[in-house]
Amino acid sequence: MTPVATTFRAPHPVAHRHPVAEPPLVRRALIGIALVFLTLFLFLPLVFLFVQAFAKGFGFYFETLRDPNAWSAIKLTLTAAGIAVPLNCVFGVCAAWAIAKFDFYGKNVLLTLIDLPFSVSPVVAGLIYVLVFGAQGWMGLWLNADHPALPGLANWLNEHDFKIIFAVPGIVLATIFVTFPFVARELIPLMQAQGRSEEEAARVLGASGWQTFWRVTLPNIKWGLLYGVILCNARAMGEFGAVAVVSGRIRGQTNTMPLHIESLYDDYNFTGAFAVASLLALLAIVTLGLKTWVEHKNAVQHERAIIP
Amino acid sequence: MANDRIKARKIRVLPGFKLTLGFTLFYLGLIVLIPLAAVFWKTSTLTWPQFWHTITMPTAMASYRLTFGASFFAALVNVIFGLVVAWVLVRYEFFGKKIVDALVDLPFALPTAVAGITLASVYSEHGWIGRLLVPLGIKVANTQLGIFIALTFIGLPFIVRTVQPILEDLDPELEEAASSLGANRWQVFTRVILPMLTPALLTGFALAFARALGEYGSVIFIAGNIPMKTQIVAILIMQELDMFDYPKATALAVVMLVVSFVLLLAINVLQWWTNRYNNTHLA
Repeated sequence: MTPVATTFRAPHPVAHRHPVAEPPLVRRALIGIALVFLTLFLFLPLVFLFVQAFAKGFGFYFETLRDPNAWSAIKLTLTAAGIAVPLNCVFGVCAAWAIAKFDFYGKNVLLTLIDLPFSVSPVVAGLIYVLVFGAQGWMGLWLNADHPALPGLANWLNEHDFKIIFAVPGIVLATIFVTFPFVARELIPLMQAQGRSEEEAARVLGASGWQTFWRVTLPNIKWGLLYGVILCNARAMGEFGAVAVVSGRIRGQTNTMPLHIESLYDDYNFTGAFAVASLLALLAIVTLGLKTWVEHKNAVQHERAIIP
Repeated sequence: MANDRIKARKIRVLPGFKLTLGFTLFYLGLIVLIPLAAVFWKTSTLTWPQFWHTITMPTAMASYRLTFGASFFAALVNVIFGLVVAWVLVRYEFFGKKIVDALVDLPFALPTAVAGITLASVYSEHGWIGRLLVPLGIKVANTQLGIFIALTFIGLPFIVRTVQPILEDLDPELEEAASSLGANRWQVFTRVILPMLTPALLTGFALAFARALGEYGSVIFIAGNIPMKTQIVAILIMQELDMFDYPKATALAVVMLVVSFVLLLAINVLQWWTNRYNNTHLA
């Protein structure tokens, strides 16, 4: 035993402080500031929302949700998300495959363009579809002019009263636009990090393209994909601004859940608005829970991949 | 030459390049690029003086000032409190930390209309928080303060989530070295930690600012719709649309689009800087 070890005495526990830690008072103050800030902006409003939803009791709550207009709004929201999420999912996988597994010119430009919908205001996102498909827009003018290239189509569309703006197709399109990047931007960095050696090995060993994708790529990206889908779905069901522009807000027909909430709120039916809002808030909480779980799963998968 | 050929052959080992890139470009064009081009096409139906007159009319000028001002201050407040929240979540242990961490993303997950009616009601004169502010003479609903609060709400996760990973990866040795050389805790924070967090803080600020500029759903309920006073640009565009004045709405949309494209560019540069900074200083 060396003399140093025998003379060494641990500092008194009270005096002991890690050299890179703050004094307990500062620590408590910072935790306090953070919690007060989050309470004022996040927790209190969330609790308030549920309290308001049940302010007139359970009877009123379920009555509001059973209302035909509410029911139609719920169905329309599920329809729009049901179309937008799978389409953006297919797009996300395709884009990630092309960008992560191959080299080509203009990749960075493509990446920026994919992110573009995130930086466009929801109201502008709705507006661009009105300009393309509305009565005053590209397609409206085209249909009125009865384009010579397809003489029958314009008549057929007019006869069947096929509308995009102020109708369901416009709502679906606007939803696709605002949720466009979610899956792609989740998968691209993930697949870039994983590289292409595993897929190449599978191909060299005789797997077909599809087999490679289903047996090698998909298991590797499943948690990232699920993560993207969860976020995409939350945004799809909750989109308000873009959908408000293209929907025309016809009750029972083109009102999604967020638009129905606005209608109820504008009617001063606050409890009703909060009742419908509570469903979407519940969806948000479930989304956050799933997100945390998937993040955990993803981390575990990555650790396993790194250890060997 | 031989090397190039081997490289080219290696790429071809995996199938589906043409199919996936083709579909990606087709879908991108159909959903994003062609509709965006429509905005610029519609604007071209206005003459230059008409366009200029529309985007500089007094209601528009007031809405730019309000939108930029409120977004700027909301992002600034989020930088300060977001840093505190990220710090507390990374460095300290406290009861309920995991739940708090998950709930930070609430503004991302909560639909904007739901956030909008909730904030408007909580901060109204009869709401839980608004009621406490009335004796102080502070009015939130239908004021610019309300817009600021809504934009602070939606911007919060951006700062926390950009700063958090950088803070987690900070090498404690740098702080230990600074304090063993005699720096006190505050000096270590301002001279060692803060400079390393600056790129992330700026990126978070830019992301929150960009998001706030275009925000509509969470603002409309708390802002009221008072011309020249509480009309942000998105609300103004919506009002023109409700009156079927498409050229006016489009001209304003072009202004918004150009601003967001410039910001997108700035954010890309910032993120590149953040990554480079981390690679050289933290690796």
